[in-house]
Amino acid sequence: MTNRTDGPAAPAAGPRGSRRGPRRAGEGGGTPWLYLAPALVVLGGLLVYPIYQLGLISFLEYTQAQVSGGELTTFKGLGNYAELFGDSQFWQVLLATVVFAAACVLATLAVGCALAVLLTRVRAVPRLALMLAALGAWATPAITGSTVWVFLFDPDHGPVNRLLGLGDFSWTYGRYSAFTLVLLEVVWCSFPFVMVTVYAGIRAVPGEVLEAASLDGASQWRTWRSVTAPILRPILLVVTIQSVIWDFKVFTQIYVMTNGGGIAGQNLVLNVYAYQKAFASSQYSLGSAIGVVMLLILLAVTLVYLRLIRRRGEEL
Amino acid sequence: MKLSARTAARTVATGARTVAAIAALALAGLTATACAPQTSDTSATKDEKSGTLRVWLFQEVGNKPKEQVVDAAVAAFGEKHRGTEVEIEYIPVETRAQRIKAAFNDPKSAPDLVEYGNTDTAGYVKDGGLAEVTEEFNAWDEAKDTDPTARRSVTVDGKIYGAPLFVGVRALYYRTDVFEELGIEVPDSQAGLISTAKRIHKAKPDLYGLAVGGAYTYGAMPFLWANGGELAEESGGTYKSAVNSPAARKGIEAYTSLFGDDNCPAAKCASMGGNATVTAFASGRAAMAIGGDFSHAAVEAGSVKGKYAVVPLPGVTPGSVAPAFAGGNNIGVLRSSSHRTLAVDLLKSLTGKDTQAKLFDAMGFLPTYTDVLADSAKKEPFVEPFVKTLGAGAKFVPASPGWAQIDASLVLPTMFQEIVSGRKDVAAASDEAAKKMDAAFASAS
Repeated sequence: MTNRTDGPAAPAAGPRGSRRGPRRAGEGGGTPWLYLAPALVVLGGLLVYPIYQLGLISFLEYTQAQVSGGELTTFKGLGNYAELFGDSQFWQVLLATVVFAAACVLATLAVGCALAVLLTRVRAVPRLALMLAALGAWATPAITGSTVWVFLFDPDHGPVNRLLGLGDFSWTYGRYSAFTLVLLEVVWCSFPFVMVTVYAGIRAVPGEVLEAASLDGASQWRTWRSVTAPILRPILLVVTIQSVIWDFKVFTQIYVMTNGGGIAGQNLVLNVYAYQKAFASSQYSLGSAIGVVMLLILLAVTLVYLRLIRRRGEEL
Repeated sequence: MKLSARTAARTVATGARTVAAIAALALAGLTATACAPQTSDTSATKDEKSGTLRVWLFQEVGNKPKEQVVDAAVAAFGEKHRGTEVEIEYIPVETRAQRIKAAFNDPKSAPDLVEYGNTDTAGYVKDGGLAEVTEEFNAWDEAKDTDPTARRSVTVDGKIYGAPLFVGVRALYYRTDVFEELGIEVPDSQAGLISTAKRIHKAKPDLYGLAVGGAYTYGAMPFLWANGGELAEESGGTYKSAVNSPAARKGIEAYTSLFGDDNCPAAKCASMGGNATVTAFASGRAAMAIGGDFSHAAVEAGSVKGKYAVVPLPGVTPGSVAPAFAGGNNIGVLRSSSHRTLAVDLLKSLTGKDTQAKLFDAMGFLPTYTDVLADSAKKEPFVEPFVKTLGAGAKFVPASPGWAQIDASLVLPTMFQEIVSGRKDVAAASDEAAKKMDAAFASAS
């Protein structure tokens, strides 16, 4: 936890201190790289090698028969990708994943930021209570959280339906209601990270700037838009990218709450789809191809986002 | 998942330059010596005549009686082979797929014998995991009485890979008290079954007439088969899906007509599998259910104990029996076993007539030998409808490795769920399922 609150708090110093400061890296020739080498080796081992294997397998015919020696591993070129892109279900799943992840990111950021602002406005006791509740949600393992949510919304025994008078309405039967249910759980378990991080950022906003704004007669909204939000931008950036990555890769919630992808696969997202292909039906090479596509999409989203931010003159 | 997200975020935080460096490193990695993904060699190199034999059997609910039967079989084997140890391990049913795959991947830690579900035979053979025992099986005098359907469940391309341990078939469980109260007869045809189910639900809205499940493939198959449909047709060693044939569609139509507010509401029943329907029956929420002989204990433990009976599932013409799916388990010798001769001997001891008769007494598992099965039915009247169902001709899934993939990628449950949720009609859904099945058959051969 300390790691997470410390990390994003540091860049908050950026805009104040060295916004247009001199670029330090690149001046010393090879020396920085020498210092970075140990870290790069570790990163290389942990990130590059698995990605390399993922890419390699995605070009092969590699199923259980190849793993256990029943058949020879053969090179398939782009065959797995052709099969994937020719499958209409893949495109449906991709679309559902993008829309679902976008909805989750927006909802998580909205709830997280709103509660962070609330945290700065309330007294110590309610603040502590809110913090503890959020930390509880954060600390709950995804599988436990999902199971509890499924129970809460159970058509026969769930308290939510009884409370809302919905009778035996089944949340997981309809496509959209099932996605809504999962969205609620995803927001519930990921807003605390946003809330705590943004709260830390708000606390780091210098008091004199806010005071100056209020002396100039700025409204609450105006202060947030013109003072707090710009100062928080690097934090929001990290939080957004993190949420995008996180929500694009949702697995546990969908797998547990919709029982592996919902009725007739209506609630499949890419990660669960990849799991069904790679592990449930042992088509490791096809699963790898899905993994590579996901990796490229996430990389593209992140790079485009970084590029946009840099054009605006922000330094991370 | 959290960890990788964090790492990724940190990577982003350290700046685009690091990303560039990593990309450079990745390129360097790609140009370096290519390391192919792992492939293991499962073929055995020796056939030792002493040592330790390792066996994996499934851990059943209430496993103690099974252990006693197995111990007796192992003791009989030990008499003949002094100096040979046998280690039995009971593996959990839920994680069996991973365990068995792992055993195929790492021959060093693999057992010599393994129990497996009979629908997995073709897939495991393709994976190169099971040893062929055709010669030994055919020379074994007890094997001559093996039920033909059970024999088919260990046969791939005319070769035999293991021996059947027991069969499991499904039949119709119904509530005697409900039928008596409403004054209705036990249905003797498929049309009668459907109308009876709806009639009961109308009279008693809190009961499902017949509990059905959109993911209950083996409960739905009898409807398809009874109408003359097939899952797939074989010609010259290749399979072609037949679920979109007119006869099969009639069966699918009949099964899916049971989903709806007049019997089993789709909102609840579309996602149910076999266990969920049996649980609904056992807890008194259904007047009828399609359950196996192996569901007996679960139903006995429920609130309907003493208030139910079992009959064969009716077929299309009055008085006929719908062909049931012949499930069950087999035991096979792993190809990687370094004690092949001994392992085959132990296989005979574990799946022989004597052991199967005892296993029936202990666990209620139906023997795979026609004569032993007949004796068992005489001893225990409960199994009579199941034996009758078997006698009327049970069916098996296509013996193609493609079936494992069709099963795992939920092709048929998806088809049923698409129909009962109103997303597609029978024709469109069955055409799509047939297309997916054909792709799986093609990629497997």
